Amino acid sequence: MNAASATISSRLAEIAGPSNVSADPAQLEAYEICGKTPGAAVRPGSSEEAAEIVKFAAAEKLAIVPMGARTKLGMGLPPRQYDLALDMTRLDRVIAYDPGDLTLSVEPGTPLRRLEGVLAGHRQFLPLDAPFANRATVGGTIASGVDSPLRQFYGTARDYVLGMEFVTGDGTAAKSGGRVVKNVSGYDLHKVMIGALGTLGVITKINFRTFPLPGATRTFVAGFSSSERALDLRHSVASSPLRPLTVEILSPRAAELLSSDVAAGIEPGPMPPGELSKEQWAVMASFGGTGKILERSELEVRRMAEEAGAAGIAALGDDKGPGAFGRTREFIPIALESSAATTILKLGVLPTRMRQVLDAAAKAADAAELRWAALARGLGVIYFALFPSEEALGRALLAANDILTECAALGGNAAIPWCPAAWKSALPVWGLDRGDFEQMRKLKRVFDPHGILAPGRFAGGI
Amino acid sequence: MNSRLLHNLKKLLGRDGVLYEPEDLMLYEYDGSVETARPNCVVFPRTAAEVVEIVRLANRYLMPLVGRGAGTGLSGGAIARQGGIITSFARMNRILEIDAENQRARVQPGVVNSDLSVATEHLGLHFAPDPSSQKACTIGGNVSENSGGPHTLAYGVTTNHVLALEVVLPTGELLHLGNSALDASGYDLTGLFVGSEGTFGLVTEITVKLTRLPEATKTLLAVYESVDDATETVVEITARGITPAACEMLDGWTIRAVEDYVHAGFPLDCAAILLIEVDGLREAAEYEGAEVAEVCRLHRAREVRVARDACERDLLWKGRKNAFGAVGRLSPTYYTQDGVIPRTKLPATLRRISEIGQKYGFAIGNIFHAGDGNLHPIILFDARDQQQFRNAVAASDEIIQFCIEVGGAITGEHGVGMEKDRLMPLLFSEADLDLMRSVRDVFNPAGLLNPGKILPTPKGCGEIHVRPAPEPARASGPAPA
Repeated sequence: MNAASATISSRLAEIAGPSNVSADPAQLEAYEICGKTPGAAVRPGSSEEAAEIVKFAAAEKLAIVPMGARTKLGMGLPPRQYDLALDMTRLDRVIAYDPGDLTLSVEPGTPLRRLEGVLAGHRQFLPLDAPFANRATVGGTIASGVDSPLRQFYGTARDYVLGMEFVTGDGTAAKSGGRVVKNVSGYDLHKVMIGALGTLGVITKINFRTFPLPGATRTFVAGFSSSERALDLRHSVASSPLRPLTVEILSPRAAELLSSDVAAGIEPGPMPPGELSKEQWAVMASFGGTGKILERSELEVRRMAEEAGAAGIAALGDDKGPGAFGRTREFIPIALESSAATTILKLGVLPTRMRQVLDAAAKAADAAELRWAALARGLGVIYFALFPSEEALGRALLAANDILTECAALGGNAAIPWCPAAWKSALPVWGLDRGDFEQMRKLKRVFDPHGILAPGRFAGGI
Repeated sequence: MNSRLLHNLKKLLGRDGVLYEPEDLMLYEYDGSVETARPNCVVFPRTAAEVVEIVRLANRYLMPLVGRGAGTGLSGGAIARQGGIITSFARMNRILEIDAENQRARVQPGVVNSDLSVATEHLGLHFAPDPSSQKACTIGGNVSENSGGPHTLAYGVTTNHVLALEVVLPTGELLHLGNSALDASGYDLTGLFVGSEGTFGLVTEITVKLTRLPEATKTLLAVYESVDDATETVVEITARGITPAACEMLDGWTIRAVEDYVHAGFPLDCAAILLIEVDGLREAAEYEGAEVAEVCRLHRAREVRVARDACERDLLWKGRKNAFGAVGRLSPTYYTQDGVIPRTKLPATLRRISEIGQKYGFAIGNIFHAGDGNLHPIILFDARDQQQFRNAVAASDEIIQFCIEVGGAITGEHGVGMEKDRLMPLLFSEADLDLMRSVRDVFNPAGLLNPGKILPTPKGCGEIHVRPAPEPARASGPAPA
C-alpha cells in the first residue's frame, strides 16, 4: 500500500469505521469489474456516510462504482477509472412498509429474497423478480435495469418505482417522486436512475408500489416443432382476453439449459422433469387468480396451443410452477455459467418482428457454427445467448455484431449486456449510437459534474 | 408584439396560422385552473418542421414559448405566465398509425384522448389513461402533465403508456426519445420528459401502447350513511388483494350537486357513495364484483347497486365525470385541489378537510380517486371577493399541508404548473429543487420554454404568496380527471 492509498483508506475508515474498509488486494478481488480491481472498498452504514464518501471522492477525484451483491458487475463497459468500490450491502433496512397503502420503502442493499418474506406476510409481493434474484439486492436490480418475466403483466421497475433518494456525484443528497401510488409533483428524476448502472447517483432509498399476490397460479408449458408455431401461440394469447402473468418462449437449447445441473445450482427450485424437451421450442405461460379464472385460462390456452400445432401441453400448479418460473427467470445467469465466453444479446423488438429477428440471429449463429440459446419474453424482448468454444471466439464476435445490426435494421433495440471482458472494447455493448446520446451526456454532467460515478460504464461512453 | 416577429410567423404559418388580436388572445389566457395571463400571440403549426421554425423565431426575438393542447389543464401548464408565443397543437391532430397486432399507436400531440380509444375500439383496444376531460383534452397535453384518470388505479397513468416521443427542444433541435420497441439503450429520457409540464420540449409526436379492452366489466355503486364506512371499505378491498379498475368516491354534498344536474340516480340523502369498477375475464369480474359487494355490505353500505348494462354503467360514470361541471353551477368560482395521500389516511384526511372548511366558512365538496388516495376537494368561493379568494388559497394550502404531513404529495395528476410551484419547497429540499432546475436547464438552457412553471423562483422559496385575484366572474373550468 502506498502513502496516497493509505491516506484514502484512513479517511474512509473515519467515515465508515475501520472494519468497513478493505484495502487488502486479496479482498478487493471480489470487487473486480472486467479485470479491473479498485484501490479500496468501503461499506457505508447509512445514507449520510454514503454521501460523505462521495463528497470525499469528488474532492480527491476518485472514481467510485456503487454496487450491491456484485452479481451483475459484468454488465456494461469497464470503468475508465476505478478507485473505490462503494459496497451498499450494509444499507439493508426496510424503512417502511404499509400494506394498506401498497407502499414500501427500502434501502438499496436489502436482498430481494428478504423482501419477499416481509411482503408475503401480507399476501403481497414486488414483481421485481429478476435474474440473480436469489442473491441480488434491490438496489443492484434497479440500477442494472434487468427485467423479470413478470413484466408481461406488471411492467418494469419504471412502472412501480414511486420515488428515490440518491446521492449525486458531488455528494449532495437529493430525491424525487414520493411514497404514494400516484404523484406528479416535480420531475421524475428517479426514472433515469433505473438502469443507469450508478452513473448518475448512488441510490440510498427506493420507494415501491407493492402488489397483491395472485390467489393461485397455473403455468402451462407447450412444446412446438418450430419457433414460428411457438410464436403463433404467443400471438393468440396476446390477442385474447386472457391476462397472463408471464409468457416466455424458449429455444430447444434454452430448454435443455434450464434442466441442467448448472441451472439447479443457480435456482434450486426444481424444474419439473419431462416438461421441457431439448428437441422442441417451448412456450411457458403462467396465470393467476381463482380456480374459475385458472380453469378458463387453461381451457383457452389448451385450445390455442392445439391450434398452433403444439406437440404437447402440460399444466403446472402451485407445487411445480414456481420451480419452472425460477429457472426461466434465471436464464441469464444459467447461460453465463454454462460457458466461459457466453455472450448475451438483448434484442427489444416489436412482437410481430420477433420471428424475423430470432431467425436472423439463429442464422448468423449457425453460419458461424456457434452454439446458441434464446429466451424471448412475449412482449418483445429476446435474450439471445452465444456459447463460443475456444477456437470460435473470432467468429462469435462477428456474429454478435451481425445480429445486433440486423435487429437494429428491423427497428429493434439491440445491446450486448454480457460478453467476455476482453471483447467489450470491440463490441457495441450498448448498441448503436442513438440521436439522444448527447442529451444523456449533458444529463450526466448535471448529476456527476466531476465524472466520478462509474465513469465509462454506460451507453455513449458515459 | 414585435412586428418583425409577427411578420415572420405569418410568413411561416399563413395568415390563419397566427392569432394576435386582443379579442382572440383572451381565449388563450386561461386553462382549467383559476390563473390567467395573456400571450402575445398564438400560433398553429401543422408539422414538426414548422414547430422547429417557431422555436427558432422565439429564440431570435427572445420570446417565451408555451405549448398548448386543449387548455383543459388544472395547474396553469398551458398559460403563458410571462407572455410570449403560445404554440397550439390544435392542427396537429392526426392519428398517424395504428398497429393493432403490436398494440401501438403513433399520434400527433393534438389528438383528443378519447378519439384514440374510439378509433381503436373496433380492434378491441383502447388508450387506457382516461382523464375526466378525455373528450376534450389532447394526448400531447396528457404527456406533458402525465395525466391520470379514474382507471389509472389498475391501468397506470400516462407515463406507463408512452413508449417514444418526438420532441423539439427550445434550442430548435428535433429529438427522438425511446422507440416503439421495448428497452431502448441509455437513460430513460422518455420517462423523464413525460410529466415535465412542457418545460423540457414541445412534443410533436407520441408513440403509445394500446391496451386490450376487458372481456367483462362490473360497475358497482355503494351507498353509505357515513364517510368513514366508505373509506374503510376502500382500505379493506385492498387488503383482500383486489385492485379495482377504478374506485371513486363522492361525498354527500357533491352527490346532491351532481344528481340535480346529471340525474345519474345517486341517492340524495346519503353521506357518501363509492363507484367501483372491476374488469377482466368474465370469471374475474364476476368474482371480484362479488367480493367487493361483500366488503361494501360488511362496512355498512346501505345499498349496493350493480349496473345491469352498459347504459346504466355509462350513466353512473356520467355522474362522476360531470361532477365538476355540476359544481360549477353552484358558485362563481371553485378551486380544485389535487393532493394525494396514502389511502389508509383517508378517514383522517377527510375529517381534517371538513374542519378546514368550517374554519374558513367554505363549503368543501369531496370527490376523488379513493383507490389511489388522490383527493379532489372542491372549495366553492367567489373570486370577486378578495378576502374570499385569499381564504380559499389559505384553506387549500392547509389541506395540502395536511396531505404532506401524512406522507402524501401536493399533486396526484393535475401538475404543479404555476399554481403549486410555491408549494414545492414543502415537499422538496433546496438541493432537490436545484437538481431539478439543472436538469431542466439541460433541455431548456435559456428558460425560454414555459417559464415560471413547476420550480419556484429561487427568491420566493419557502414563502407562501397569495396570488392576485383573477378577473371576476369566470365560472369554473372543465372537469379534472
